[in-house]
Amino acid sequence: MPYVTTEPISPGALLALVAAPECGGTCLFLGTVRDGPNDGGVTGIEYTAYEAMVDAECERILAEARRQWPDVRVAVRHRLGLVPTEEASIGIAAAAPHRGEAFAACRFVIEAVKERLPVWKKELRADGSALWVDPQGRPAVVGPE
Amino acid sequence: MVRLRFFARYAELLGREEAMLDVPLPATVADVVRRVRDEIPGGELLPERPMAALNFKHVRLDTAVGDGDEVAFLPPLAGG
Repeated sequence: MPYVTTEPISPGALLALVAAPECGGTCLFLGTVRDGPNDGGVTGIEYTAYEAMVDAECERILAEARRQWPDVRVAVRHRLGLVPTEEASIGIAAAAPHRGEAFAACRFVIEAVKERLPVWKKELRADGSALWVDPQGRPAVVGPE
Repeated sequence: MVRLRFFARYAELLGREEAMLDVPLPATVADVVRRVRDEIPGGELLPERPMAALNFKHVRLDTAVGDGDEVAFLPPLAGG
C-alpha cells in the first residue's frame, strides 16, 4: 500500500480501505495546510520526504497500532509536493467495532507520524518568501531513545 | 563505505542530497557525523548531534555502522 502521494488525498478512498462489516465506528482525520492570523500569509506548503523510510516507518507505526488495538483497521496517506492552503497534507482513517478504539488508534497514528515520519515542509508565503518549518521547535540534538 | 543521505534544509546547506563516505570500521553513526562535518564541504554547517537514521530506521548516534549501510541526516521532522 503506498503511504505517500502527490495527488489530493481522497477521504473516500481512505474510508473504503478500512471499511468492514464488523466495524461500527470509523474515525477520519485530515491534516490541512493552514493560514491562520499569525501564520504570515501561507499560500501553500512544499512537502518532501525520505520516501523509503516513510514506507518503513509507516509499516512500524501501523504494526504498533494493530498490536494495541487488534480489531482496528487503519489506513494512512501523506501527500508530498506542493499542497495549497486548505487542502489535506495527511489523511488517516481508523475503523473499529466501537468508536473508542477508532478514536484512540487514529490519535495514536497521527501523533506517531508527527514524532517519527521523515517528512519536511517548507512554507510558501504570499510575499514570496519560503521557510523550513520545525513545528516542535525542538533542537537538532534530539534523537530517538 | 557508507551511503549518506541529506534532506530538506541539510541538503540545501550541503548542496547535495547524497554522498559516499569511506569510514574505517568499527565506527558509529557519531563517527560518520564527525567525518561529514570535517570532510564534506558545508558539513560544518550541520549540527554536531543531528537526528539520524540507519537503514531507514531512527537510531541513536552511538549505533554501530557497517559496510554498505545507509546513514541519513534528518532535520527536525515536520510531517502531518
